[in-house]
Amino acid sequence: MAETPKPEEIARIDHKAPLWEGWMNRPVDIRPGIYCYAANPKNVEAVGMPNARQWNPVDEDWKLPENWQEIFIEGFKDRLGKFRSLKLFMDICVRCGACADKCHFFIGSGDPKNMPVMRAELLRSVYRKYFTTGGRILGLLAGARGLTDEVLKDIWYYLYQCTECRRCSVFCPYGIDTAEVTILGRELTNLLGLNTDWIQAPVANCYRTGNHLGIQPHAYKDMIDFFVDEIEEVTGVKVEPSFNRKGAEILFITPSGDVFADPGTYTAMGYLILFHYLQDQGLDITWSTYASEGGNFGYFTSHEMAKRLNAKMYAEAKRLGVKWILGGECGHMWRVINQYMDTFNGPADFLEEPVSPITGTKFENAKGTKMVHIVEFTADLIKNNKLKLDPSRNDNLVVTFHDSCNPARGMGFFEEPRYIIKNVCNNFYDMPPSTIREQTFCCGSGAGLNAGEDMELRMRGGLPRANAVKYVHEKYGVNMLACICAIDRAVLPNLMEYWVPEVDVTGVHEMVGNALILDGEKERTTNLRGEPLPGMEEEEDV
Amino acid sequence: MNLKDLLSDKRSSLIKKWRNLLIESYPAGTRRFLKSEKDQFANPVGHVISKDIEILFDEFVHDGDIAKITASLENILRIRAVQDMKPSHALAFVLQFKGLIREELKRGKPLNGLSGELQAFERKIDDLVLLAFDVYTNCRQRLYEIRVREVKEQYGKLLERTGVFYNISEQEPSP
Repeated sequence: MAETPKPEEIARIDHKAPLWEGWMNRPVDIRPGIYCYAANPKNVEAVGMPNARQWNPVDEDWKLPENWQEIFIEGFKDRLGKFRSLKLFMDICVRCGACADKCHFFIGSGDPKNMPVMRAELLRSVYRKYFTTGGRILGLLAGARGLTDEVLKDIWYYLYQCTECRRCSVFCPYGIDTAEVTILGRELTNLLGLNTDWIQAPVANCYRTGNHLGIQPHAYKDMIDFFVDEIEEVTGVKVEPSFNRKGAEILFITPSGDVFADPGTYTAMGYLILFHYLQDQGLDITWSTYASEGGNFGYFTSHEMAKRLNAKMYAEAKRLGVKWILGGECGHMWRVINQYMDTFNGPADFLEEPVSPITGTKFENAKGTKMVHIVEFTADLIKNNKLKLDPSRNDNLVVTFHDSCNPARGMGFFEEPRYIIKNVCNNFYDMPPSTIREQTFCCGSGAGLNAGEDMELRMRGGLPRANAVKYVHEKYGVNMLACICAIDRAVLPNLMEYWVPEVDVTGVHEMVGNALILDGEKERTTNLRGEPLPGMEEEEDV
Repeated sequence: MNLKDLLSDKRSSLIKKWRNLLIESYPAGTRRFLKSEKDQFANPVGHVISKDIEILFDEFVHDGDIAKITASLENILRIRAVQDMKPSHALAFVLQFKGLIREELKRGKPLNGLSGELQAFERKIDDLVLLAFDVYTNCRQRLYEIRVREVKEQYGKLLERTGVFYNISEQEPSP
């Protein structure tokens, strides 16, 4: 957040834009409201990552190790050897500019260094200097620059203004994935201890207790018990989830945001209602208080850390002896599962290829990881007429759908959520084509940027998304933004509050929970949020 | 010809110059994009500048609807309130409108006969600056409120549900 200017600063009022020199010479100005706070050393030590100490991004001295350049360059060299993609992305960019205006942070901030090509160029300039002959000899002339304190700060500042959403990669004629450059760039900053606490605290918590908030098993169960009571109040039916149950057929893992933060909690209630509904049809499922986190903030620090956190899912599946894993509505969790889990910790040959116990559908796409997304699972149930639904209970909602970057671009997951939404509510309108599906605009807060202290960054990064929501709000009266990602559910309400305050946010399974007709339920008068159902306003007033 | 007629006469030129002033407040590498990309979803900032400066001009010059004037300022300033700009930099375009008009008047006939009207009009621009200041500070305040609300939502509910006492009142406690 900006600070109140001092009188002498006010006296120097300047109506003109700052002069933008060549980007290489322009020193970085690390601004409050844009960067996230540095990691608390205890959270760095907890997972054995290097250079744990108190530091502050706005301080001159970042307290780096003495040989930090050597560590960075050696780490770079190591990764260039390990990741063919990184080597290619460093070499083949022709700076055509196709990606330049596709990044939500560039569109929202107008800062040229947020063009994906520029963000990668920050690292690429260092690559040229240390790994190419031309760069070594010609230096700046060849777009190469040595790794100085200033250069490192520049790289760090902008790597943590990228949500790894991959929208730019859709438009790159060479298929350069700038997200991967960010991911590996962040690994290099982590070698020097340049972590942010919003990422590192969840990592340390998850490593110790199994979820980002560090909630212990009994508290986790308490929260779910609280939902059980809420559901009974709304539906008159007592659902009975089981925890850490050995021998269950399926293990359910969801992001902890669903259990601890509104409006994700209503989505968690939706899961519970669905599982209860399917119990008589043969669903044998258990929650785990140990593998109590689907998300993986380790992925925002290094591949190695992501692997360590991801391993708990398989470990718990093995311990409980389940056949396969069902996963909740989440974003980056699915990128890690879909693209990395099998090679991180697989093969999971102690598990079986997932088959829906209700419909008999084989989820062949999950043959490797043995983990199915709940949206696929529910869409399959609806397709096979296994759910009794009353979509009119959601008639107060005019819904649009935000394709979360990771399930959309990382999994090609476009139809299933829309299919469910259209079956559980009667009013659905998509946003314009250039803002959804594979071209979806990011929420602006992913990849560990959903801290509070970088609120300006989040609001500007989410502008293109909010702008499209505003359009359907004004055109069709949309008042609800549905999504299938826990970070989205946490951050989109704030984004809406700033740009389109008339629109609220929901998970897809919250609407499923409201529409599902349970055996033995009482006449429902409210939805899961305790708001009166359409036509029931008077009953609630009494 | 009175000042209003003159401004109406020069409408398109003044709107274009006013837009350009806003666009020039961005870094050089960004200006071309803001100007040339016409798709409102690919370029929401450029679109708002384009659309709302026009509305602002028309409503302001013709003593139009204050609600529309405020809404246009809001659309422009809500964006600038979260961009890399000092408040003075974010609001400067309103003051710079004075300069644009004087420049335009100089081009044609001298100010003879219009100075009284011009003075009155410039006082109106001063009022517009104050309105813009209110709008801008509202945007910043909303940003802070969102931040506070986020903390309360994240941790308040958690503490409440896990049985730890938690209550931050929205209102001042009564004595």
